[in-house]
Amino acid sequence: MKFVDEFRDAELGRALAAEILAAVEPGHHYKFMEVCGGHTHSIYKYGVDDLLPENVELVHGPGCPVCVIPMGRVDDGIAIAHEPGVIFTCFGDMMRVPGSNGSLLEAKAAGADIRMVYSPLDALRIAKANPDREVVFFAIGFETTAPSTALTLKRARAEGVRNFSCMCNHVTIVPPLRALLDSPDLRLDGFIGPGHVSTVVGARPFEFIPADYGRPVVIAGFEPLDILHAIRMILAQLDEGRCEVQNQYKRVVPWQGNLRALEVMAEVFELRPHFEWRGLGFISQSGLKLSDAYAELDAELRFAVPGVRVADPKACQCGEVLKGVIKPWECKVFGTACTPERPIGTCMVSSEGACAAYYNFGRFAREKEAV
Amino acid sequence: MRTEERVLEIIETARGKRAKFRDERVTMAHGAGGKATQSMIEGLFAPAFASESLEQLGDAGVLPELGVAITTDSFVVKPIRFPGGSIGELAVNGTVNDLAVSGARPRGLTLSMVLEEGLQADELRSEVEAIADAARRAEVEVVAGDTKVVERGHADSMYICTTGIGTLDPRARLSTAGIRPGDRILVSGRVGDHGMAIMLSRGEFELGADIRSDTRPLWPAADALLDAAGDSLHCMRDATRGGVASVVNELARASSVAMVLREAAVPVHPAVAGAAEILGLDPLYVANEGVLVAFVAAERAEQALAALRSVPGCEEAAEVGEVKSEPPGMVLVETGFGGRRVMDMLVGDPLPRIC
Repeated sequence: MKFVDEFRDAELGRALAAEILAAVEPGHHYKFMEVCGGHTHSIYKYGVDDLLPENVELVHGPGCPVCVIPMGRVDDGIAIAHEPGVIFTCFGDMMRVPGSNGSLLEAKAAGADIRMVYSPLDALRIAKANPDREVVFFAIGFETTAPSTALTLKRARAEGVRNFSCMCNHVTIVPPLRALLDSPDLRLDGFIGPGHVSTVVGARPFEFIPADYGRPVVIAGFEPLDILHAIRMILAQLDEGRCEVQNQYKRVVPWQGNLRALEVMAEVFELRPHFEWRGLGFISQSGLKLSDAYAELDAELRFAVPGVRVADPKACQCGEVLKGVIKPWECKVFGTACTPERPIGTCMVSSEGACAAYYNFGRFAREKEAV
Repeated sequence: MRTEERVLEIIETARGKRAKFRDERVTMAHGAGGKATQSMIEGLFAPAFASESLEQLGDAGVLPELGVAITTDSFVVKPIRFPGGSIGELAVNGTVNDLAVSGARPRGLTLSMVLEEGLQADELRSEVEAIADAARRAEVEVVAGDTKVVERGHADSMYICTTGIGTLDPRARLSTAGIRPGDRILVSGRVGDHGMAIMLSRGEFELGADIRSDTRPLWPAADALLDAAGDSLHCMRDATRGGVASVVNELARASSVAMVLREAAVPVHPAVAGAAEILGLDPLYVANEGVLVAFVAAERAEQALAALRSVPGCEEAAEVGEVKSEPPGMVLVETGFGGRRVMDMLVGDPLPRIC
């Protein structure tokens, strides 16, 4: 594929890997967090970590929008889906995420009309095609997907589609990063910044990381060469004693972000005082809800949602795993109560979560080290 | 005291155990060919019927004392017509292929149709013709049948079930236990065409591409392999639901071996690769209806591949990997980029990723 394969060139990959190997100090163990689930996916898909020196470790961050949805929100979604006359729509990945009493996929099997969509506009289309039904869109994602939800809501209002509403679970990227950085036991040397989110918010929101916490950030693209390049750039910063935000993904990310997208988000959404993250608990000003101007399209106001907070199971230690404080196998429920088939915490939900990855590949990874 | 070693042991013990069927209801995931399907088959069906042949969990049941293999399959594809084929053609090829990869020459088929009230007679007629055509091409006779009609809304146009019987080929020495470290892994053609053709023909993605289903009978391919490799052909599987990835995972587990695939060697149509890229799918997990995976002893792999490539429709057959001894039960992929990854069994439907 033109303009794709170029960023997956094995020879250039080996050259970058050699540069990285030359740049690391033997004896120093480097921990870099890739914030975005998209990066984690690429790292597995292409086996990027296989090309890294043994003393460079990638820590998978909290940037998988599906995995961070807490049980209580899934339960609320299922409650709405079971309301008579409702067609409940969501992205496919969301269907498997467990609530306290099953997933949306299981709710569908139990009779709820739950449909997978690929874009919020698909949900709006379903609403227009079924005027006698109430169509609810379960919106998830960081700033990457929030603008498309916002545009859909604007269109729904402009076209007067009365049977459409949105259960908003959009979240913002900076507060959870700050929460991670504030924890005293954090052990990270630098961040691979989220490329997709940055196309919307730009590079500036990440400047607090070098300024307040003294950790370098390199915003990166999603091809394997992008990721290796970003690691190379972080190592160069450490080596040269610099600490700043750099943009490796210049072909897509403007420093200022996408102003029109930010504008439409500001019109449609407002910050919630606090929002719960699976594994991380409540983080203030980290979630979005519909603004007063769009309240009539807010599914949480249109339907009676239980709104019960379901605590993460006590034994679940996703927070510590995310911060790199403990390894997945050190968690008390890992591999026994919490498995990929029946996940408890965020790190086990998606196959890219740190725990799911370790569950599947753990022995193999250790043997590789031994070799 | 939990040590890392102990935790890894717990995981391995859990993995080695038969999957249990513990779900409260059947979900769509139970039909996707991945872990949920496996838990239903291994945890519910196999123990209930306690049949030696069923325990093999092959594509067809083998009755050696009668010299036959028998298999059954139901077809519920939506839409019933798609680029490159239709439900009728699939109903024949799907069943004869399960026989072919079990080393049995397909001989007879039974046909059972569940029709929805209100179905256009022309649609039924065209599927009957498709079945007749496909049977002729597969050199198999339709020898018995049954029809039921259900009220409107109870079957999506039509469902078809076929049962096939084949005679065991004397050259065949096939079994999962026959797979050995060192065996080469061959695929008989491009992967992912069928699943991608169906996905795009549903029109949900607004993606247009000229991708056609690969539905075809595989006996000629099996025949050529048996001829070229004889008892060096250790095992064959039809890579349908869950794709090539699911086949190699099942066999790695069943035979307690490791499998290593070379991603760059796997033949994929550029349009399928492009669509898979956009949808966030891996073509190795996408369904085929005319691709088999064969395990051949290294010394005969070259002849086997040449023989396979001379079969019409299998020109793009390729050697895609090798069987290893360690780590048992696992499938590793050497990526085109030069890294490695573990390719696990599918969990749930291959739904497009959102991030």
